[in-house]
Amino acid sequence: MAQNQRLTVVPTVTMLGVMKSRLVGATRGHALLKKKSDALTVQFRQILKNIVTTKESMGEVMKDSSFALIEAKYVAGENIKHIVLENVQNASIKVRSRQENIAGVKIPKFEYFTDGETKNDLTGLARGGQQVQQCRAAYVKAIELLVELASLQTSFLTLDEAIKTTNRRVNALENVVKPRLENTITYIKGELDELEREDFFRLKKIQGYKKREIERQLASSKQFVEEQFAEKVSLQKGISIKSAQNLLSAGEKDEDIIF
Amino acid sequence: MAGRAQIPTKSSALIAMIADEDTVTGFLLAGVGNVDLRRKTNYLIVDSKTTVKAIEDAFKEFTTKEDIAIVLISQYVANMIRFLVDSYNKPIPAILEIPSKDHPYDPAHDSVLSRVKNLFSAESVASGRR
Repeated sequence: MAQNQRLTVVPTVTMLGVMKSRLVGATRGHALLKKKSDALTVQFRQILKNIVTTKESMGEVMKDSSFALIEAKYVAGENIKHIVLENVQNASIKVRSRQENIAGVKIPKFEYFTDGETKNDLTGLARGGQQVQQCRAAYVKAIELLVELASLQTSFLTLDEAIKTTNRRVNALENVVKPRLENTITYIKGELDELEREDFFRLKKIQGYKKREIERQLASSKQFVEEQFAEKVSLQKGISIKSAQNLLSAGEKDEDIIF
Repeated sequence: MAGRAQIPTKSSALIAMIADEDTVTGFLLAGVGNVDLRRKTNYLIVDSKTTVKAIEDAFKEFTTKEDIAIVLISQYVANMIRFLVDSYNKPIPAILEIPSKDHPYDPAHDSVLSRVKNLFSAESVASGRR
C-alpha cells in the first residue's frame, strides 16, 4: 500500500527539492480550489432559492395568460387562432444570451428583446381588439418570466456541473496527490538517511582498518629491532646464533655425553 | 475541460415551443413564432392526432438547432417523452416545462424542479440543524 502510494523517483537531494516544491504547489492549489468551491456553493444556493420562487410564480402567470386568451377568444371569435397562426413570419421576440463569470465559471444569462414590429397589431381589429392586446401583453409577461427562469435553470445546471468538478478536484488533491507527494518525500528522506549511515559506517570501517595496519607495522618494526639486537649480542660473544644453536642440537644427539 | 460544453454567445436566438394549440397561439400572439426559408416553424402544436414520434423528432430538432436558446414544452407533452427530457443535460438550449391549460401542473414531474427541490430540502434541513 505504502509502496503504491508514492511516485517512482530516484532518491536524490534534487528530487527532494522538486517534490517539496510540488507539495507546496498542491497545497496552494487545494486551498484555492476550496475557496472556489465555496464561492460557487454560495451562488448556487442563491439560484436554488430563486428557481423555487420563480417556478411557483410561473403557474400563476401562465394561468393569467390562459385566462386572457380565453377572454380574447370569447370576444374575437374562435377563428382568431387561425389568423394568428397564419400571421407567423419572423419572430419579434428574441432572446439574447450573454455570459456571466462566477469564480471562473461561465454562466449564460438570457434576456429577451423585441425586434421589429409584430404582425399581430391588426389582429382583432374588427372585434375584441382590446382583449387581444391584453392577451398579448399577458403572454409577453409570461415570456419575460420564462426567459428569466430559463437563465436560472441553465445557471443551475452549469453551476451544478462546475461544483461537482471542483469538488472532485479538491478531493483528488487532498486524498491522492498530496499523500502521494508526502509519501515520496518521506521515502526520499529515508533513503538519504540510509545513504548517510552507510557512508558513515564505511568511513569508520576504513579508519579501523588503517589503525590496525599501523599497529601491525609498529609491531613488525619492533620485532625487527629486537632481532637485530639479539644478533649483535651473539656476535659479541664470538659465536653466531646459528652455530650456538648447532652446538646445542648436536650435543643432544651425542651418545657419549652423559649430561 | 473537455467535458464542459461550450456556451455560445449570440446576439439573438429564438424560443421554441412544443405545446397544445392554445398555449402556442398565445405565445405566437406575443410574437415568438418564426418561420424560416424552408417553411420550418419553431413550434409544434400537439393535439390528439400528434404521434409521440413526431414530438420526439421535434424535440431533437429543437435541441440541436443552433439558433434556439430556450425550448418551452408543455408538461403533459414532456411526460410523453420523459426519457428524452430526463436524459437531456446540456445547458443550452434550456428546457422549460410549462403548465398547460387542460393539465394541472405537477412540480414532482419536472426533471429540473425535482432535483432543485431535492437539493433545497436537503440544504434547508442541513442549515436548520446548525
